[in-house]
Amino acid sequence: MIDKTTNQRAWFLVLPVVVLVAFNALIPLMTVVNYSVQETFGNNLFFFEGVKWFEQILHSERFHAALLRQLSFTGIILLIEIPLGVAIALAMPKRGPWVSVCLVLMALPLLIPWNVVGAMWNIFALPDIGLLGRMINGMGFDYNFTQQPLAAWFTTILMDVWHWTSLVVLLAYAGLSSIPDAYYQAARIDGASAWSVFRYIQLPKMKRVLTIAVLLRFMDSFMIYTEPFVLTGGGPGNATTFLSIDLVKIALGQFDLGPAAAMSLIYFLIILLLSWIFYTLMMRNEDK
Amino acid sequence: MAKITLDKIRHSYVKTPESADDWALKQLDVVWSDGGAYALLGPSGCGKTTLLNVISGLLRPSEGRVLFDDRDVTDVPSDRRDIAQVFQFPVVYDTMRVYDNLAFPLRNRGVPEDQVKQRVHEIADMLDLTGMLGSRASGLTADGKQKISLGRGLVRSDVNVIMFDEPLTVIDPHLKWQLRSKLKELHQQVRATMIYVTHDQTEALTFADHVVVMHDGQVVQIGTPVELFDKPKHTFVGHFIGSPGMNLLPCEIIDGFPSFLGHRLETSKAVQSPSGAGRLEVGVRPEFVSFAEQGLPVDVVKVDDVGRHRIVEVEHKSHAIKLLTPENVPVPEKRGYLAFERDKTNVYADGWILS
Repeated sequence: MIDKTTNQRAWFLVLPVVVLVAFNALIPLMTVVNYSVQETFGNNLFFFEGVKWFEQILHSERFHAALLRQLSFTGIILLIEIPLGVAIALAMPKRGPWVSVCLVLMALPLLIPWNVVGAMWNIFALPDIGLLGRMINGMGFDYNFTQQPLAAWFTTILMDVWHWTSLVVLLAYAGLSSIPDAYYQAARIDGASAWSVFRYIQLPKMKRVLTIAVLLRFMDSFMIYTEPFVLTGGGPGNATTFLSIDLVKIALGQFDLGPAAAMSLIYFLIILLLSWIFYTLMMRNEDK
Repeated sequence: MAKITLDKIRHSYVKTPESADDWALKQLDVVWSDGGAYALLGPSGCGKTTLLNVISGLLRPSEGRVLFDDRDVTDVPSDRRDIAQVFQFPVVYDTMRVYDNLAFPLRNRGVPEDQVKQRVHEIADMLDLTGMLGSRASGLTADGKQKISLGRGLVRSDVNVIMFDEPLTVIDPHLKWQLRSKLKELHQQVRATMIYVTHDQTEALTFADHVVVMHDGQVVQIGTPVELFDKPKHTFVGHFIGSPGMNLLPCEIIDGFPSFLGHRLETSKAVQSPSGAGRLEVGVRPEFVSFAEQGLPVDVVKVDDVGRHRIVEVEHKSHAIKLLTPENVPVPEKRGYLAFERDKTNVYADGWILS
């Protein structure tokens, strides 16, 4: 037997990470927890309120409506962006000089600052002076995203698809490039159809990257703020007021710190829960 | 089942090949007879895999024709050539069960499900896969996966040829022996033409009835293992097959016999120096060189004991010669004389044997 030496000094190696996580996550989160159980008045007066704000938020119709809008938005863009991204990745050239051209073109939307994307699409879609707005109206549709809820949703979704499908494409393309040629050759010899190749080779090999793509797109779209804020400001009415926009309205518009903090925590737990569900479902059959 | 003929096949990966080096396959004319067990042997990069892909139709040769029996299949795609190929690294369909993996080539061709079942069970029996037919293919070890690849290659009974592209590279050494003898056994059972690509001479010689040796985009010799050993047609074969490889000594031809630095060597028949031949060499395997009372005087440089025999390295005027001596035969301390078996001594001009 070898004597085990007891040496706890290795913990010092973990210390920098602990400090970093504490400062950028735990301490700010605790501040929010602190606000969420108190009533705040001017002059830094605080009164303990227990779980009152949580109950209020969970029973508020305003929160339910924003949550429903948020879930619909995220659901729609996932249903569009994931299949579209995979389709584009499949259509991209596998080798040759066009690969880098395609990759750069794909990466461009990802490099544009989010508020610029919002501003771009705002102008682009304006019914009177915007190229897109004029074209749609020119085709005989009555389109004005500043006044019609449906048009506002259409524009917001189109913007998000334009902005973020590239991410799915790049991830899916990376997954596809990692498939050795032998798989395609074997499939050809086995007489597999194009659909079988997709179903039994490409899709399984892309599974890991697609899991990451779904998780990233879910979290990002569920927390989306800047682009709809610049594009529609949550309107017309409350038509595109998603959770984060509503949260900012409560926290900074109405300065209700307690309810806003409670809502933040609920918001955070929803994202955590849904991410966990997504991950578990997609990795269900993965080998240990 | 079919005879496979490669008729004046040339292939280049370059669009407009200029020098000889641009050709991955220089002129090949090979006939693979029906039901033969062939090994395709050669060093990495000599064109083995290219040749295989030409036969399987994954690659269209730049020039020449591929014939299955008398049918020209040069432009027929892989899935309609009725061939099977097993690759160097295991290819399995991860999301399918082992059973569905084996059934895949049959189902794609619309074979009725009861026949599929029968055939899959037969193959699974041969490869000892029966116990895991129900489990998912992704959870298996590398050799388990490679067995599935082999099984998919063997499952169709109507294939013209089954090709193995270094299939045992990823397999543990002790399982290699097992699988190789399994393949040999399978060949006896199914009697399909099999082409086994490898750069390992032991693998080639144990598997095949006929060994095709490739070097630098060319087939240098086709023969039984014994022929390759006894009468290498090219110095490359002499060097590549056998351990240690064949001794090659520069020579000139005087009165029909090779002369190595003024020392006359005997061959079974007199040879004619071909007109315009460049480099002349005499080749003899270490197995056929021995110490004698008289002959070529040499200095003993090194003796390696490798078990049942010894490898002795000697020198004559700074030309190294190796010979194998049995354990019980004494090796001279410093100086000695060498005798060459005349039947096994051959003369090569520019690498090719002189008859």
